[in-house]
Amino acid sequence: MLGEKLKNIKVKRHLRFMEVCGTHTVNICRFGLRNLFPEEVELRSGPGCPVCVTPASAIKIGIDLALKNDKFVITTYGDMMKVPGPNGTLADAKAKGGKVFSVYSITEALSLAEKNEDLKVIFLAVGFETTAPASAWAIKEAKLKNIKNFFLLSFHKLVPPAMELLASEGTLDGFLCPGHVSTIIGTEVYKNIARKYKIPCVISGFEAEDIIFAMIKLIEMAENEAYDVFNAYKRAVKKEGNKVAQGLLNEVFEEVDSEWRGIGVIPKSGLDIKEEYADFDAKIAFNIEKEDIPENPACKCGEVLKGYIYPYECPLFGKSCIPEHPIGPCMISSEGSCAAYYRYGGRLKDD
Amino acid sequence: MIKLAHGSGGEKTRELIEKLFLPAFKNPILEKLEDSGRLNGIAITIDGYTVKPIFFRGGDIGKLSITGTVNDLAVCGARPKAIAVSIIVEDGFPTEKLEKIVSSMAKISREVNAPIVTGDFKVVSKGEIDEIFIITSGIGEIFYPSLGADRVSAGDRIIVSGPIGDHSLAIMGERYEVELPQGFESDCAPILKLVEAITQVGGIKWMRDPTRGGLAAALNELAKAINKEILIYEDSVPFRKEVLNFCEIFGFDPYHLASEGRFIAVVDKEKSEKILSELTKFPEGKNAAIIGEVREKSKGRVIVKTKFGGLRLLDPPTGELLPRIC
Repeated sequence: MLGEKLKNIKVKRHLRFMEVCGTHTVNICRFGLRNLFPEEVELRSGPGCPVCVTPASAIKIGIDLALKNDKFVITTYGDMMKVPGPNGTLADAKAKGGKVFSVYSITEALSLAEKNEDLKVIFLAVGFETTAPASAWAIKEAKLKNIKNFFLLSFHKLVPPAMELLASEGTLDGFLCPGHVSTIIGTEVYKNIARKYKIPCVISGFEAEDIIFAMIKLIEMAENEAYDVFNAYKRAVKKEGNKVAQGLLNEVFEEVDSEWRGIGVIPKSGLDIKEEYADFDAKIAFNIEKEDIPENPACKCGEVLKGYIYPYECPLFGKSCIPEHPIGPCMISSEGSCAAYYRYGGRLKDD
Repeated sequence: MIKLAHGSGGEKTRELIEKLFLPAFKNPILEKLEDSGRLNGIAITIDGYTVKPIFFRGGDIGKLSITGTVNDLAVCGARPKAIAVSIIVEDGFPTEKLEKIVSSMAKISREVNAPIVTGDFKVVSKGEIDEIFIITSGIGEIFYPSLGADRVSAGDRIIVSGPIGDHSLAIMGERYEVELPQGFESDCAPILKLVEAITQVGGIKWMRDPTRGGLAAALNELAKAINKEILIYEDSVPFRKEVLNFCEIFGFDPYHLASEGRFIAVVDKEKSEKILSELTKFPEGKNAAIIGEVREKSKGRVIVKTKFGGLRLLDPPTGELLPRIC
């Protein structure tokens, strides 16, 4: 059995890996896979939860817009509704009468704009390379259909720059690379990280078998000092990635320095709308200025997102911070590490 | 403020019971928090039914209202003797629908030999309630008194009487407009026959019907009450494929889904195989399974051994999964 194989691998030294993607974090906890790792192997959770790394200032911008004018409609993905910023959550803004709606996809926001010309529909866009192409498509579509009341507030982020930052710290022995993001960006990006920082990278799918197999591979590569990328999710990820999606991203967005909640500014890690599509850029249309908002110092989400600590090492975890009354974003998002560890546990002891 | 989550049968409900109802109504029978109150050889129970839609695959609010009450008695080892019913409808509710619902109630009541002996009927203005709410109370004669969390000990086995979550899927499928396969129905049905059969074997220590909050809520409640660990073997839990697929797509945990015609029994290890074979003699018990065991380990938690040998906590549902499933 694959699980047994993983458990019984003989490892020569302590190995610290990181899973970058939030969906991996949740599935690893849900399948209880940490219990299958050899004693010397640990897998820390990384920054791949889009809601968690969206800065508090983004929430404040959304709330302020929603409450400023009753013709402004803020649309966003469901998990964003519950994340607290300095003046509450988007759900609070909705309770106060602001027009805030959660949508399953950006196309809902676009069609809302198309059907209600008197409203200004703003999509608060979060997410990585996986959701950004849909945003790019929506902007192109809005331009094509001449929809003038649709705006994108982009907080899209790119995963590889964050991985590079964490790799450069020299404490990690390997990455379990995100499956969905890789379907878009392909495999070559990781090759550079693997070689430059001497850190093996394995792209994994999301089923328990996928993750177990990827972990076996990752241990093998780390032990053999194979600083390369291995694609263990070939059924979905191609070497060159998704050219159409990449084309959309390049056409509509440009790479900019971007603030990650709890981590700070990472160079060239965000996507802003290019000048050519500036008419749809909410940051320009509504004169939005960047604001620095201090984090709650007791919340250790930043350290969790960088893999410095496990969620349960935060003093608030499971005490004042639980999913019903979360303090940090990692306890709120369905992809957040703290929520996953709280619900399913980390490495449970069973002898 | 009371939120929908307080009515979900999960953690919030428990919190409200512990902080409000228990202190206010303080008495030793209520404090056991069983599905029925048991006193001097009789058991009494009550439940309000607000399910939406009122007609669903495999039943309607009428069938559910009698079944639920009869089942709450059965898991307390009681045979229903009489039922009291209160029906509230909104102005304009179609008579044909009411007739259909009443006839479903009559059918189940006859089936389990529990006559509806008293009742009440009220109409409120349109919009003051949604279509129809039914409240039923039942009184039963206890035929198997030796039940209670205090009897559960390490080594006991945990049995479920059939696939879990079918009722939730029947309701949620309708609400989420999911096309369910032909023949997929709510499990809503009386469990009395099955309970009677296994009590003949003996060795049953605790029973519960996993309605709101599903297996997760019921097992966590038990683990806390006995201050022991419950281990569930994921491989053995009889979820239907449709239920698992639905959960996968919509992000639900199948352990949180409700059943209205199943029960969980904690039984003596020695008797567990015999009890299982009794259950599997019934068509509705053919998928019954031993799904786990009680252990002296970490106290008060429920853990799941996953298919690949991993371990994870089974968390009790916290938010509102979907309101008004029963």
